[in-house]
Amino acid sequence: MTDSDKAILTIKNLTVDFLSEGDPVRAVDNVSFNVCPGETLVILGESGSGKSVSTGTVMGLIDCPPGDIVSGSLIFDGMDMSRLDEEGRRALKGRRIAMIFQDPLAYLNPVYTVGRQIEEVFEAHSDGDAGSVRDRVVKLLERVGIPDAGRRIDYYPHQFSGGQRQRVMIAMAIALKPDILIADEPTTALDVSVQSQILELLSDLQRETGMALIMITHDLEVAAAMADRIIVMNGGKVVESGKAQDVFTNPAHAYTRRLMSAMPHGGEASERTRTEVKGDVLLKVEKLSKHYVLGAGPFSPKREFRAVDDVSFTVRRGETVGIVGESGSGKSSIARMLLRLDEPTSGKAIFGEEDVFLLGGKALNGFRRRVQMVFQDPFGSMNPRMNVRSIISEPWAIHRDIMPKAGWKDRVVELLELVGLKAEHAERHPHQFSGGQRQRIAIARALASEPELIVCDEAVSALDVSIQMQVIGLLADLRSRLGLSYVFITHDLPIVREFADRILVMQQGKVVEESDTEILFNYPEHPYTKSLLNSVPRPKWA
Amino acid sequence: MADVTIASAKSPGNARQLAIYLARDKLALCAALFLVLLLACVLFGPLLVGDLAGKLGLRQRNLAPFSTEQGFLYILGADTLGRPILARLIVGAQNTLGIAAAAVFVSTATGGMLGLIAGYSERWYSHVILRLADVIMSFPSLLLALIVLYTLGPSMMNLVIVLAITRMPIFIRTARAEVLELRERMFVSAARSMGASSGRILFRHIAPLVLPTLGTIAAIDFATVILAESSLSFLGLGIQPPDFTWGAMVANGRGYLASAWWIAFWPGLAILLTTLSLNILASWARTVADPLQRWRLQSLRKAPR
Repeated sequence: MTDSDKAILTIKNLTVDFLSEGDPVRAVDNVSFNVCPGETLVILGESGSGKSVSTGTVMGLIDCPPGDIVSGSLIFDGMDMSRLDEEGRRALKGRRIAMIFQDPLAYLNPVYTVGRQIEEVFEAHSDGDAGSVRDRVVKLLERVGIPDAGRRIDYYPHQFSGGQRQRVMIAMAIALKPDILIADEPTTALDVSVQSQILELLSDLQRETGMALIMITHDLEVAAAMADRIIVMNGGKVVESGKAQDVFTNPAHAYTRRLMSAMPHGGEASERTRTEVKGDVLLKVEKLSKHYVLGAGPFSPKREFRAVDDVSFTVRRGETVGIVGESGSGKSSIARMLLRLDEPTSGKAIFGEEDVFLLGGKALNGFRRRVQMVFQDPFGSMNPRMNVRSIISEPWAIHRDIMPKAGWKDRVVELLELVGLKAEHAERHPHQFSGGQRQRIAIARALASEPELIVCDEAVSALDVSIQMQVIGLLADLRSRLGLSYVFITHDLPIVREFADRILVMQQGKVVEESDTEILFNYPEHPYTKSLLNSVPRPKWA
Repeated sequence: MADVTIASAKSPGNARQLAIYLARDKLALCAALFLVLLLACVLFGPLLVGDLAGKLGLRQRNLAPFSTEQGFLYILGADTLGRPILARLIVGAQNTLGIAAAAVFVSTATGGMLGLIAGYSERWYSHVILRLADVIMSFPSLLLALIVLYTLGPSMMNLVIVLAITRMPIFIRTARAEVLELRERMFVSAARSMGASSGRILFRHIAPLVLPTLGTIAAIDFATVILAESSLSFLGLGIQPPDFTWGAMVANGRGYLASAWWIAFWPGLAILLTTLSLNILASWARTVADPLQRWRLQSLRKAPR
């Protein structure tokens, strides 16, 4: 622990409740921590662990009611913040304590230029006159790495990419040189390569200004890359705190150990024994393309955007093919076309004997029994009004010939047990389950029509790390028990290492590299693959 | 498996919970009680005071309110033909609310259905439906009603049809907007990837989620329809004697505003209270349905400190 006298912000015994019908729900339970100038404190925890609420209290972002601060003191630079009036707090916020958020698009006002919004920070704290403010904003934008800042200061938020928007948010936050920057999951919505750039920027800025950085994350790699000190939260409590290296290399608490074991392994070879015996070809995709025509208005020239460009691959029976790429690489378009949710511009996909893209009517329905999809967002992929029984039995209601209605009930229970849920869960609705459980239900639904191939589109991306591993374990288990094949689409390279047999790396619609998993990880050939592998954050102490 | 414990999510759907929430909002409770009273009038009013509402009395002509000399029924006074206003209000509730309910039901059902089709399909008829809604919307609805009623002749059936048509665009628009958003949702893609037919997706997956929104609008629209019917009856194109509604009663009292204000005042107040109650109740229902606002109706117990 660092010397608490030097601490710029100290939080002591903070307890926050959320009031609802009956007993209050405790979101933060007796949490204490402090942070010193120039130090990075990482608050690590999974969703619902209370990590955002504890820092939100500092910024006064918790509405009371329904929030209720039961106890605790916030001491900033020797001042007790609870004694300050509204005006005093407002003077601190933005000027001495600043915050950046997960989704910059949601926090930037779409109808003002970014320059205007950064100028507002200066105006709100009446800092600097109108003439000089614009120059300062340009300098700020240049500092956070926006190219051509003098011109782009007059652009609107939607004209920036996700990473650049986060840079704009950072510019806003550091505009008045705060003593503390609170970053709430700043890189969660970003691609890995962009993520590492943003983290680097934050570290650089911290070195320059000597500000304290409080970073909230659920991502172990990000935490390792940034943290000087770390506190691990679970269920509203601090379960472990200490120097980052100590916590990572020698976790003391059982929860921390479990969390650390979920971290995708670094250099060592995968533990899974691969089934070397390959079956016959199940799916053969040939020269698949999807082009979009943009701006085909009467006054603008036609432009073509190639979302998927000449992609070919094969999936054998019992094999798992991983498709890895960043957002916009066209990987999800492939999934949607394979399921005939979108129509391809050209190309073939031979499944069994027939070309999937030529199927229609009865034949298409038959195909849809044999191929199923598991979607990214387990919160969105199920009808909130239906209970689990009708969700899982929907394939049988659509394809009447699979099973007579009398058998549905027992089969739902069988499927639920197959994916690690219980029979009594059948009568509940999706919102009563956690993210990991919902994804199990989605898998059970996919299995209901006894498919041969399951397409997983970012199937674990929305889940907490420890849950990700459980779901992947379940998928791998089902593969060996039921002889399934998978097309596993993800942006997260480490996650497929232990699951996929072969990996396709995609960039801007094209396959840039394809090889067996181990070869790809150990001897990447294409520069883009190398940069993907290198952009996985490295621990700070290494 | 660590995560196989179910979050105990208490669903606020059951009737007991709703009653508790209603009791917490006193204003909404009053509104609900008033509406229950109205419902009782609709169901039993004509049986109890049906004859009295039409009973002429020369001696009670333009009788002032708040006197019980002529009996309790004359507490709100009497109209120009000496009929007790209280009895007429009770009996008139049936026609007033019946017409409004029928009109709202017809416009919700047809408007909602057309909206579902317009939102889901991209064929030519979805455009036809939308342009039709535009035409109805851009036409002054009272004028439209006047023209139709003038040509078809005023009757209760025609009144319902006219009111339903003029209120339909809002349901088409809302249903379509909801469907446009819902059809891009992942569970719809999931159903399509399983091979579900358009009908199944529309009625099994999309319609149940559009229904609550339409229901809320219908509740608010109910008040608007009562007012619209009142205006038509006031203009003499609504319901024809001897049938009457509150709106028609206001119309009858118009000529006597200077000498006998109560003839127009009481039915006007009844319309006001009914629409007000419906709006209050609709706003309460919105609070209950919104998980972020629901705490306002919950008993918040703070932790001891």
